[in-house]
Amino acid sequence: MTVTTRPARTTPPAALVGGVGGLLVLAAISCLIGVAGMSWEVLWVSRLPRTIGLVLAGAALAVCGLLMQLLVRNRFVEPSTVGTTEAAGLGLVVITLLVPGSPLMVKMVTAALFALAGTWLFLRVVRLMPVREPILVPLIGLMLGGVISAMTTFLAFHHDLLQTLNTWMTGDFSGVLQGRYELLWLVAGLVVIAFVAADRFTVAGMGETFSANAGLDHRSVLAVGLAIVSVVSAVVVVTVGVIPFLGLIVPNVVSALVGDNARRGLPWVALLGSGLVLACDIVGRLVRHPYEIPVGTVMGVLGAVFFLHLLLRRSRAA
Amino acid sequence: MTATAETSARTRGHGVRAEGVTKRYGRSLVVDDVHLDLPLGGVTALIGPNGAGKSTLLSIVGRLLGADAGRVSVAGLDVATTRGDELAKRLAVLRQDNHLDIRLTVRDLVTFGRYPHSKGRPTAEDLEHVERALAYLDLTELADRFLDQLSGGQRQRAFVAMVLCQDTDVILLDEPLNNLDLRHAVAMMGRLRDAARELGRTVVVVVHDLNVASCYADTIVAMRDGKVAACGTPAEIMRPDLLEEIYGLPVRVHELDGQLIATYYG
Repeated sequence: MTVTTRPARTTPPAALVGGVGGLLVLAAISCLIGVAGMSWEVLWVSRLPRTIGLVLAGAALAVCGLLMQLLVRNRFVEPSTVGTTEAAGLGLVVITLLVPGSPLMVKMVTAALFALAGTWLFLRVVRLMPVREPILVPLIGLMLGGVISAMTTFLAFHHDLLQTLNTWMTGDFSGVLQGRYELLWLVAGLVVIAFVAADRFTVAGMGETFSANAGLDHRSVLAVGLAIVSVVSAVVVVTVGVIPFLGLIVPNVVSALVGDNARRGLPWVALLGSGLVLACDIVGRLVRHPYEIPVGTVMGVLGAVFFLHLLLRRSRAA
Repeated sequence: MTATAETSARTRGHGVRAEGVTKRYGRSLVVDDVHLDLPLGGVTALIGPNGAGKSTLLSIVGRLLGADAGRVSVAGLDVATTRGDELAKRLAVLRQDNHLDIRLTVRDLVTFGRYPHSKGRPTAEDLEHVERALAYLDLTELADRFLDQLSGGQRQRAFVAMVLCQDTDVILLDEPLNNLDLRHAVAMMGRLRDAARELGRTVVVVVHDLNVASCYADTIVAMRDGKVAACGTPAEIMRPDLLEEIYGLPVRVHELDGQLIATYYG
């Protein structure tokens, strides 16, 4: 039989190399913006950590969005539309009240456990409800997130923490300094795990029947994926706050461009995630210079518009 | 009539063996104490009216569904106790309605047929299998298209290509001819028969067209009310009295060009 075989692709496509170049340009711009005069010390202690933090958080949150969409098999889910982020916030408030002044690591672990519990609760509710309409899944998640944040607000209100809570729950990189962002390197490690296990997540995204046929242990892949999502959400909430919708926008754009095969899509998702957060942060720093608009606010505006677009497009197609 | 495939005189081992398989949904008994013994190699057609339990039985054999009672072994492996990743190298199954929520190209999908062997790192040999499966089902031209850009029949062929690419001893397909036009339906059955004859695969298909079963199967298993009503060669099953009993409809059988053809229209 004559069959032409294509060699396994080992070198990344030119477009991806171009994308990395674009990201470096954005990172350089990000390093150059600021109120303080430029010096090596400012660059080393403040500018560079901020830029690295943006790149890491952006990539990780976007990758989490993709993982969630594959595992839940729904295009509209990401940590901030299913209650994961809100649960992490509740964890942060609870640990702050129970053990004031606890180390960052303790806060992070507590937030991660709450995030895991919140995500698990969401999956239980979705499983129990006979919902076959994809749009209803994130609506359930948003309601669940609303209930959780109401609990958080109640707690914060009673203990005079409302203002602090507001700072926590708005993604903002202006406080990122050397010594206060290093936890974000942990999420870089988790992103690497996602890359290594990319094919498992894609097969899981094909559904339980296909997973069984391929001999994949669907439950353990689900567990690992949701653990990654929960820890990343917790770390990002604890270090910089909430950046909503990022995990929704980026994977949907990448899906439209190169499809959902995670092995091919993940590098793009990570790259665009970093790029988008960098760009939003730059916009937030320039719009009212020398003041700043938090990146979470910029992304919230952008993401809400995109989310609406996605819903309307879907209902038009249906 | 015995439920065992007596035609397996040249048995080289068991392809599929079911012993006392039973499945209930609530109160209704969907699969009722089914015994089956299909030899390694050959095409078996599973026929019967709607609700006879064909798809449920296929899902149980394909370890997609647990049985309430009984045992199933495939290529000598017990499907309930063998590790999923081991079984995936010996057994492939395709359900009737296949819908993917994610966007994959045809080539991506077929490459995932190699997952049990490659664990996501396809070797040159794996990719050769993929290209062969694509060519086999006339999909080479469509290989880089996304599944959501294809017609139902093209998508169906892509799913079957994925399952064939898995290169297993036993292949279970639930209505693989769904959505296919005449040419592709005939080609598909020809491919499956080749896989059985030349590569020694055990292929089990649920089909609705009696004449497809008659012309392509080595063994026909007829089901009714969750039980195996009859099992044998096409010559043994393609009998008017038997078919009428199974379908509750008068059926005439003619010999045309050496093939047994059933007619049943008004």
